[in-house]
Amino acid sequence: MSKIRTLTFDAIVIGGGGAGLRAALQLTESGVSAACISKVFPTRSHTVSAQGGITCAIASVDPDDDWRWHMYDTVKGSDYIGDQDAIEYMCSVGPQAVFELDHMGLPFSRTEEGRIYQRPFGGQSKNFGKGGQAARTCAAADRTGHALLHTLHQANIKSGTTFLNEWYAVDLVKNANGQVAGVIAIDIESGEVAYVKAKATVLATGGAGRIYASTTNALINTGDGVGMALRAGYMVQDMEMWQFHPTGIYGAGTLVTEGCRGEGGFLINGEGERFMERYAPNAKDLAGRDVVARSMILEIMEGRGAGPNKDHVLLKLDHLGEAELHAKLPGICELAKTFAHADPVKEPIPVVPTCHYMMGGIPTNIGGQALMQNAQGEDQIIEGLYACGEAACVSVHGANRLGGNSLLDLVVFGRAAGLQIKKSLEEGFDAIDANDADIEAAMVRLNRLNESSAGEKVADVRRDLQNIMQLNFGVFRQEDNMMKGLEALDALKGRLANLHLEDKSNIFNTARIEALELENLFEVAYATAVSALERKESRGAHARNDYQERDDENWLKHSLYFPVDKRIGRRKVNFTPKTMEAFPPQTRTY
Amino acid sequence: MSLQVSVYRYNPEQDSVPHMQDFTVEVPEGKDLMVLDVLALIKEQDDSFVYRRSCREGVCGSDGMNIGGTNGLACITPLSEAVRKEKLVLRPLPGLPVIRDLVVDMSLFYKQYEKVRPYLINDTPPPATERLQSPEERAKLDGLYECVLCACCSTACPSFWWNPDKFVGPAGLLQSYRFLADSRDTATEERLSDLEDPFSVFRCRGIMNCVDVCPKGLNPTQAIGHIRKMLLEKGS
Repeated sequence: MSKIRTLTFDAIVIGGGGAGLRAALQLTESGVSAACISKVFPTRSHTVSAQGGITCAIASVDPDDDWRWHMYDTVKGSDYIGDQDAIEYMCSVGPQAVFELDHMGLPFSRTEEGRIYQRPFGGQSKNFGKGGQAARTCAAADRTGHALLHTLHQANIKSGTTFLNEWYAVDLVKNANGQVAGVIAIDIESGEVAYVKAKATVLATGGAGRIYASTTNALINTGDGVGMALRAGYMVQDMEMWQFHPTGIYGAGTLVTEGCRGEGGFLINGEGERFMERYAPNAKDLAGRDVVARSMILEIMEGRGAGPNKDHVLLKLDHLGEAELHAKLPGICELAKTFAHADPVKEPIPVVPTCHYMMGGIPTNIGGQALMQNAQGEDQIIEGLYACGEAACVSVHGANRLGGNSLLDLVVFGRAAGLQIKKSLEEGFDAIDANDADIEAAMVRLNRLNESSAGEKVADVRRDLQNIMQLNFGVFRQEDNMMKGLEALDALKGRLANLHLEDKSNIFNTARIEALELENLFEVAYATAVSALERKESRGAHARNDYQERDDENWLKHSLYFPVDKRIGRRKVNFTPKTMEAFPPQTRTY
Repeated sequence: MSLQVSVYRYNPEQDSVPHMQDFTVEVPEGKDLMVLDVLALIKEQDDSFVYRRSCREGVCGSDGMNIGGTNGLACITPLSEAVRKEKLVLRPLPGLPVIRDLVVDMSLFYKQYEKVRPYLINDTPPPATERLQSPEERAKLDGLYECVLCACCSTACPSFWWNPDKFVGPAGLLQSYRFLADSRDTATEERLSDLEDPFSVFRCRGIMNCVDVCPKGLNPTQAIGHIRKMLLEKGS
């Protein structure tokens, strides 16, 4: 092989979103030689689109608030397959992580006392579900993700983090001992391919919402980290669990924050009825996202949708008044006018449940160390590999994520991964090395693409993939449709192997990147399909018409997808938090 | 419905000079597509056509470009506003080196951003909770922190075209003022000293091109005015 350049760091972070930047910051500040590799300039990452806020019991709006109440809500929201040790860690460490963001300069909205403003969000309660609605989501107007991402980027500039911006990670380099020794990456601007070597490789590559035709996700959310892990033969967890956000703008898919309902907005059907009162008498529009999304689809299916085709519902906000809307939800007013041609001050926004978040991902422990199973089915750490944020499944979201918990997940577990790597480096790593054959193995798919002479167009295969997923793995699922979907994916696999890259140029070749991204989308979609077929129950976001009840006897478990033999396994859910009794499974009502 | 689109093409691996190329794109009747949708349709015809994009909702700032003669974000500019004389004309942001097609080299832009030390500086030990800030103090950051770093403003500014290495430009100065205005920041003196030269701030001639093109409706000229005032007060 022609020798490629090697860049060497102690740690590399793949992804420049919230989780990646928080991990990189932790590493740089603790003196570790670290680089952040991002396929886009970091502030273009999808964290920028988060709107409503970061949920955390900082006890600003309610001085009596308690992180244990937040933990209770998160466990319940997860439909009891969130790991309670991880949720305990996130909710208890959360306040410190949020105050650090303030110290870095995040422009949070403020209360009259000068503290961080908090708003009510779905699934929040006081006193373990017995004290009514809580207001726990810390916000910077309705641009919290933007404010958070820019603040973290700025903090990394301050601390002098090394950035490889507009570099695309192709595949993990794995050695004969099964250790991960960095990645093969392309410098997009020049087209140069390099081996970026590290003792610790952190996958912070975010979600993969682009496996669906309709999604709130950015065009860059193509599951690159999960794809790389699967190609390297590592298992992924709970991939059937996809969150459909209740309020994507009808037709455009762009997100409208749950904060709209937190601030007093509500959903109405085509008959003008506030239908959530029927489905969730207590929490109403602030029930869990899975519950609200299903209720909306049922309204539409029963003929009570809005519009000429009765195929969406409406989010009513005008009763909040112009001043309030412009002060608290300025970004939403802008988005609604641009993408729905509706001014929320005067008229409701047409909305429909839209793919939003991947609860599954690469299983990790609390320190972000990626896990596999040994022959006895016990957890085993994959040396050199870490994951955090949406790409990881630690798992704090289980079968359904609560609004505002993703931003908290990012900062808490990005930080935790950085702390763990520092600790591991201090304890002393055995050198993780890779030979030429290991490097060559990670370049296989890139070489194949570069040598293609005829075949399928990326845009055609991608469109078909997205339609298969949209049609067969949506809000409601059933065996026959999913079987059809899986068969279609199998058929698509041949076309994927026959992808043709017409443009073979080097400089800023985005066609090559899109082809590599499509292969990752496929890996994620396939794992989703197999996992969804196997989980024969309804839990959280996974709602089956043919198995409508939750089955704790068989499925109070994580599902595992093993890519080598395309097998599904199960893994225990953690019910042993360190400082308290676990919350036992209960019937989940709002 | 057929739409005529003329786009700027330059691939340094094969072109000695840039040129404009015409495409005919089929767009649906009765639906006002965004310019970004048209770019995707062109890429389906010719996958060597290159542009940046990410969020497709106007918050990530990737797809700043010159649309029919005006800088803007492709993802939130509808065709009804972009098509002139029955033609859509797309060029890269002016004033920065072109890497390929609509992709410009943003290095100078980012360098000016970093020059203003775009991060909070406060050397006092942080409290156990947040630093308090009143709603009135926080309100001073509105219209400043929302910048998406798309570079539409700086690349519409003749002073930045002439001195991209020495004039901070509207985007960088907006961020500079965002930290000068933050009650939690204690480095006002140092920040102003950094800007005390004939170029960094004072190359702004107040022609307000930046305000005209900002896709987020921000007002860099006003922020620059505040900095000038602070510099003058510091000098007096």
